This record gives sequence, structure tokens and C-alpha cells, in this order.
Amino acid sequence: MTRYELTQFAGVRRLLTSRWPQLGIQLLLLSGLILVILAGLLGSPVGNRNFAIVMVWIAWWGVLMLVAVPFLGRLWCSVCPLPLPGEWLQRGAILGPRGRGLGRQLRWPRIFRNLWGQNGAFVLVALFSLPVLTQPQWTAILLAGLVLLGIAVSLVYERRSFCRYLCPVGGFIGLYAQAAPVEVRVRDADLCASHKIKTCYTGSTAGYGCPWMVYPGSLTTNTYCGTCMECLRTCPHDNVVVNLRPAGADLNIGRGRGLDEAFKVLLLLGSGLAYAAVLLGPWNAPRAAAAAVGTTPWLVYAAGFLLFVVVLVPGLVALAVRLGLRLSRARLSLAQALRAISPAFVPLGLAAWMAFSLSFVLANLSYVPPVLSDPLNLGWNLLGTAAMAWSPYGAGLFPWLPVAVLVAGLAWTSRRAREIAGELGGGVRLAFPLWVVSFVITIGLLWALVG
Amino acid sequence: MGSRRLTGEDAARVTVGLLVLGLPLIVFGTRLFPPTLTLHARVSEDGGWMPDVVRARVGEALELRLIADDVVHGFAVGQSASPALDLPPGQTVRTTLTFEEPGTYTFYCTRWCGPNHWRMRGVIEVSGAAGPTAASEPPLYAALGIDLDAPRPTPEVPHGRPSASRGAELAGFVPETFLTDSAYLSRSPSEVFLALREDAATRAFDDSQVWDLVAWIWSTHTTKETIAAGAALFAQNCAACHGETGTGDGVMAGTIPAATMDDPSSTEPLRPADLADPARLLSASPALLHGKITRGGMGTGMPYWGPIFTEAQIWALTDYLWTFHFEEPS
Repeated sequence: MTRYELTQFAGVRRLLTSRWPQLGIQLLLLSGLILVILAGLLGSPVGNRNFAIVMVWIAWWGVLMLVAVPFLGRLWCSVCPLPLPGEWLQRGAILGPRGRGLGRQLRWPRIFRNLWGQNGAFVLVALFSLPVLTQPQWTAILLAGLVLLGIAVSLVYERRSFCRYLCPVGGFIGLYAQAAPVEVRVRDADLCASHKIKTCYTGSTAGYGCPWMVYPGSLTTNTYCGTCMECLRTCPHDNVVVNLRPAGADLNIGRGRGLDEAFKVLLLLGSGLAYAAVLLGPWNAPRAAAAAVGTTPWLVYAAGFLLFVVVLVPGLVALAVRLGLRLSRARLSLAQALRAISPAFVPLGLAAWMAFSLSFVLANLSYVPPVLSDPLNLGWNLLGTAAMAWSPYGAGLFPWLPVAVLVAGLAWTSRRAREIAGELGGGVRLAFPLWVVSFVITIGLLWALVG
Repeated sequence: MGSRRLTGEDAARVTVGLLVLGLPLIVFGTRLFPPTLTLHARVSEDGGWMPDVVRARVGEALELRLIADDVVHGFAVGQSASPALDLPPGQTVRTTLTFEEPGTYTFYCTRWCGPNHWRMRGVIEVSGAAGPTAASEPPLYAALGIDLDAPRPTPEVPHGRPSASRGAELAGFVPETFLTDSAYLSRSPSEVFLALREDAATRAFDDSQVWDLVAWIWSTHTTKETIAAGAALFAQNCAACHGETGTGDGVMAGTIPAATMDDPSSTEPLRPADLADPARLLSASPALLHGKITRGGMGTGMPYWGPIFTEAQIWALTDYLWTFHFEEPS
């Protein structure tokens, strides 16, 4: 498959391997994170006037879901401020390697070296999503909690165990980064194999061993690569490169996927549908219940949400796979088939989250200038935009834009399902139930988002 | 001993230290030592005005930053000519007040923010040298010795709608004693009716004509402008409970807290007074209505408006209330 190496240009390689540009962005984002936490705790409780709510759930989320993840993969993880305090303490340094840090550097327990922890963390946060998305203090407490958890994990376990195994956003980004048209890969796998000391994994004076515990020589998907660029710094042969590639190239990789990853695909697909219905759908009862944390209606909502995203949607897809296996002559177990087929649902899941995000980000984007002008609700007017009135952007694009995104996602998923079904020897008979279930989920999304 | 050269790591650590410590310090500093007094507005159930007592000095500018923390509120100072300010949620609104006289001024919410909207009040205690001021007079109801809460006798009520215009045609028969301010203010329309009924000059008229004369007497003590001002005040401050037509069916009528001073265990929502009921209103004198508005209903859910409205505004409201029963002069 065609690749275009971006790091063939010396300027690009220098930009990516120098620590200063990355640190500059990290410090900027760390400042933003500190402001978000302080504004969330001390600023106005009115969500659309609070820096924390507007900058995190409108500005950051919009950039992440509509630009960063679909086009840049996991690049956000390379500058994310959440794990930085823990990582700096663990390393005893902010820039390059310089002796021993504070951490105990234990290995993450073997039983948890998978995505189940991230799946659980995502579901846990999702249950509280409505107050988190609308109440500044909840957002501040969540983010501060993630920073503290990151510090605690970094002081006990090695490298970025927090990002790799626990961060609820990291798992989300990792999954959909497979659809992105950029990747970090090795240019020549044989050269890696012949390199005895594997500085990309063990580290050198030039940089740290892969914080994400990935050996670049065997990297086949973006899922676990945090694009931190350490391997570009530590490879003595400049054999690690950044490529432009066809979008979704990782989805063609069938091997090496576990049930945890397959479940994540379906969990996030179901969550996208549930979020669209609860937060943007025309039904007030589930929205009110989701907001009333701790009450009986919330418990009912939480049970319903869990049933839907953990049992119903994954169960529906599993049922379709089982039916497809029966109809076709593919000789696979259900688990094998689910692992192989699950990447086909990544495009539809990404489209669901993009359509969901489009539906509220553009409508609420005009809240950003006022909070930038008065981030602490002190009556400042730093940019002269404090009194800017709310105005929905791109109103003429609705509902066609989210519909187009969903239809594109459905088409991509359907095509990939057909290809995988072919590779598994099941042909159209295996693909057909997958098309039906994808279509049903898309209809559900359209119903929730555009009525 | 040679000095160590500053490394990139040192610079990075200093920068991170400044960020991690400096930003919170700046933020907490602005919170602990705000340059301007901040008034937060929340619905009464969540605290109302915070703080609800503000101190100022005569002649010195009082700068206020006003922030509504939940829904739209309004801000105004009672008996002030300054227009009310709207406080959209989360937005900072600044205002500067200057008081010429010492005293206690009431500030209040001007937007129907919730069932207990009327409880959203605070005071500005202004101290300093007093200028020459006129001695304050007791409200009229107190001067007249009217017991605002005493049960009133069932009044005479008209069968139709008395007309000031029709009454004007017979106005020449009304004795001068009925037209003085003191006579008008101290007697209920029902009492005026009975007095006219007994008076030799008007005894010959039928009930309907006498009621027209009562309406005419009312019309001679008000103006179209006053009634218009009263109507505007009623719409803004009273209609939410009493209803646009005064029948006590305003949008907030069902939300008035149940318990009263007379019956603390009551769970039935209080019903606002039906001002369109002639038995209720025609038994009240203008001075009594003025007193009710000034003092409030004492346990009935009716707020006290004395510190909020000026005397002229309360009289305008009183005048307007009669339009629920009398046809205005054309």
C-alpha cells in the first residue's frame, strides 16, 4: 500500500525529534488544563459561560473528534497534559533522560495488560457524562482526578501505564486513530531485527524507551502508539519514520487483535448511539435521568445505558456474526470471527462520534470567544469578545452534514465488512447480516441526531 | 567554586514551576482580593443574593460586579430612578451606584426567576454624613389607624360594571365632601356607595347610577398616565401571581409555598387574592390597599413593596386596581 514518508525531509524530522516544539505545546496545554481545573472549581457554575465546560467539551472535543483523531491519529496523546506531571516525576526530568526519577517502575500486572481497564474506565465516565459535560465542577474534578491518577500510576508502574491501560480517552483515540491517514512505522523491519540493543524500546541518551511499551519494529496499527516521537529520537539509524498513508490502512490488519479490542469497537459504537440519543435526541426523560446522579431515575438510566452499550449493541453484532457464520461456510469460532470482523465497525463508530460532535460543536462554538476573553468570570474583556452573543455556526449544513458523515461511515463499514468476510471465506453470506446490523445502527443514529 | 551553567532542563523546570504555582496563585489572588465587590444572584432556594448585605458611604461610588449563577435575574435598587439591569446567566454586568443620603436601601431581583423570586432581596447600608432631610411620615394606613388584617364587612357590590363616564353625567349632584382627598382615600367604594345612598342629594338615583358616581369619584382622583403607570407596574410585579386580569390565576399562583403563619402545617398552595372579586376589593379603601402593598400580606405570600416602590408608584398601583371593577373614563 502506498506510503509517503514525511520524515524524509530534514526539517520535518528535526521538528519532530526536537523536544522544544513538543514541550512548548505541552506547556501551553498544561496552562490550559490548570486554568480549566481552576475555572471549573471557582468560575461561574453556568456551563456555557465557564472556561472549563466551553474549552473542554466544545473547543477541545470538537478539535479532537473532527480534526485530530480522523486526520492526525494519536497526535493528541503526544501533547496531552494529563499524564505530564506523573511522567516528569517518574523520569525526574522534563526534557531528555538525566538519571533516575521517583517512580518504582514496576511492570503493569499481566492480567490487566489489555484494553478491559480502559473499557471499564470509559463506561464509568460515560455514566456520569451529563453532569460532567454540563457542570464545571464535575469537569474540573474529573480532570484533576485523572491527573492525580496519572501521577499515582506513574510513581508505581513503568512508563505510560496510565495512558496505555487506564485512560478512558486514550483508548477511544487509539481505536479511531486506525482510520487516520498518518502513522509512525519503521522503514525497514529487517534493520530493526538486526539492531541488537533496541534503543527504541530500551532508551538511550537521546531519548526514552517507548513510553507506550510498544516495539516499533512490530508496530502494525496506530492503536497503541502514542506518537510521542521518542523512537524517532532513539533510533540510531533513523529507521523510524512518519508516513502519510491511505486513511484506514490499519483496518486491513486482521491479525493480532484481541477480544478486548473487538469489544471496545462495539462498546464505543453503542456509546456513540446512546450519547446521540440521550444528549441530543428529542427525549427529555433519559436526559433528565442522566443528570440526576444518585437518584432512582439515574440508577435506572445507568442500568439501561450499561445494558445498551455493554450487552445489547455488542450482542446484536455478535448475533449478526453468528448468523453470518451459519449462513456461510466460514469455519471460525464466534470469538475468532468477532476479532477479525470488529475493525469493519470502526468507520461507522468514528462517523457516529463525528456526526454527534458536529451536531453540537458548531452550534455552540460561539461560546468560545467570550470565555477566552474572560476565562475566570472576573468581568475581564481580554480579547474584546466577552459580550459576544451566541450564534450557531454552519446552520445551513444541518442536517445534511451529519447525515453525509453517517452515510459515508456506513458505506465504509459495509465495504470493509464485505472484504473481511471474503478474507474469512464467508463471502456475501457472512457480510449480509453485518450490513443489516450496520444499517439498523445507522438508522438509530439518524433518528437520534436528525429526527 | 565555578557557577553551573543554566541548562535547558533548568529552564523547563522553572517554566513548569511558574505555571503550576503561578497560575493558581494568580487565580486565588483575584478571588481573595477582588478589585470590585461581586454580587452573585441565585434563585432564592439556592441562596438568593450573595452577599445580601452591602455597605457603602454617602457620596462615594459603589462599584458592583453582578453575576447570575443560574437563570436570568434582574437587579434594581428600590425607590430608585435607575433602570433595572438584566443579568443573563454567567455574564458579568458592572454597575456603579452613588447614594446621596445615608440609610438602608433595598436591592432586588426584577425577573421572575422562580417561585420565591420575591425573596431575592438584599440591602445596601449607606453610612456617612446626612444632609438635611424631611422627617419621615408614617404610612397613611397607620396614620388613619387602619388594621390591615381585620376582617372587613361584606360590602355592597354593583350588579353591572360601574362607569365613570356615565357617573360624570350626574356628577353635579355629588356633594363636595365626597371629593376631598381624605374622604376618597379613607373610605372603601362600598362605604362611598352607602354614604351616597343615604345622602339627600343622591338618594333619588338607583343603585346602578350611584355606583356610576362611585366610579366617577375614583376617576377624579387619578389620571390616564397614573393608571398606565400602575398597569405597567402590575404587569411586571403582580400579574405573575394575581393574573393579568387580577383573578388570582397567574402563572406562579400554584407555586406559592403552602405553609402560612396561621397554619404552618398546611400543604395546600396559597392562592393569591382575587382582585377581580368585588366582595374583596370594593370593601377596601385606597389607604388600606396602599398599606397592603407597602407592608405585604404577612404570611400570605404577598411580598412587601414598601422599600421597592416609591409612594407615587404604590398609589399608581392602587388606582389601577379599581380598573378591574370600574370602567375608565373615555
